[in-house]
Amino acid sequence: MIPISHYLTLGAIIFIIGSIGVLTRKNAIIILMSIELMLNGVNITLVAFSYHLADLTGQIFAIFVVAVAAGEAAVGLAIIIALFRCRATVNVDEIQLLKW
Amino acid sequence: MHQIFFWGFALLAVFSALMVITRRNVVHSALFLISTFFWVAAIYILLEAELLAAIQILVYAGAIMVLIVFTILLIHVEETKIINPWQRQRPIAILLGVFLLGEIFLILSRALFPESIAGTALQQVAQEGNTEAVGKLLYTKYLFPFEVASILLLAAMIGAIVMAKREIEK
Repeated sequence: MIPISHYLTLGAIIFIIGSIGVLTRKNAIIILMSIELMLNGVNITLVAFSYHLADLTGQIFAIFVVAVAAGEAAVGLAIIIALFRCRATVNVDEIQLLKW
Repeated sequence: MHQIFFWGFALLAVFSALMVITRRNVVHSALFLISTFFWVAAIYILLEAELLAAIQILVYAGAIMVLIVFTILLIHVEETKIINPWQRQRPIAILLGVFLLGEIFLILSRALFPESIAGTALQQVAQEGNTEAVGKLLYTKYLFPFEVASILLLAAMIGAIVMAKREIEK
């Protein structure tokens, strides 16, 4: 029997790795992938609580998180393609239209 | 037995996740992300969430990653150049990440979790299986969030088409 704190720690570690990726990488696609990693870390936490409290609600929430992740990936990649079409780059340091 | 599998899957998941954010080539990152999704799906199986493990592989590794790899193909990103040595964002980000992780560890080590009742109250699941139990709950108690999620997906689909569509030159 693995205690719940092990699963929560694993979820936290994956979440932090994703957030470090968002903060350090310059490539917009890798930033999007890091956000997927963060969502996965949260899902592990939800499913761990669902298992240890014997309540299926956590799994339902995780399914909704997956649905939102799918929508987020579609819109995010469309934005990246549109951005690449007009600026010819996916480096977030070079995309500074709003900076003055 | 459970312990061995948990530690194996957890270490592999963390290793793949680290590889995702450290590889210079985007395609390598994408491949390591797929492997991370598979190890996380294995963790779900350990937690007796079989339906979610299947969804993880079908939707994440099957759909989202194909979308990401196609985008990488379309926009042809050259390998990231050697990173500017005078870059202050990286150490600050890693410091903040480690700080946040330490904070979470502190909270977890002091938290009082309710007594684990895993395996006792899930009689219903044992009778009819995880998929049927989750499906019943999704279409009865959580019907409204389910419909909202479908509208969200529709909006995301329309938004993606509108944004990625080539503008018609006049």
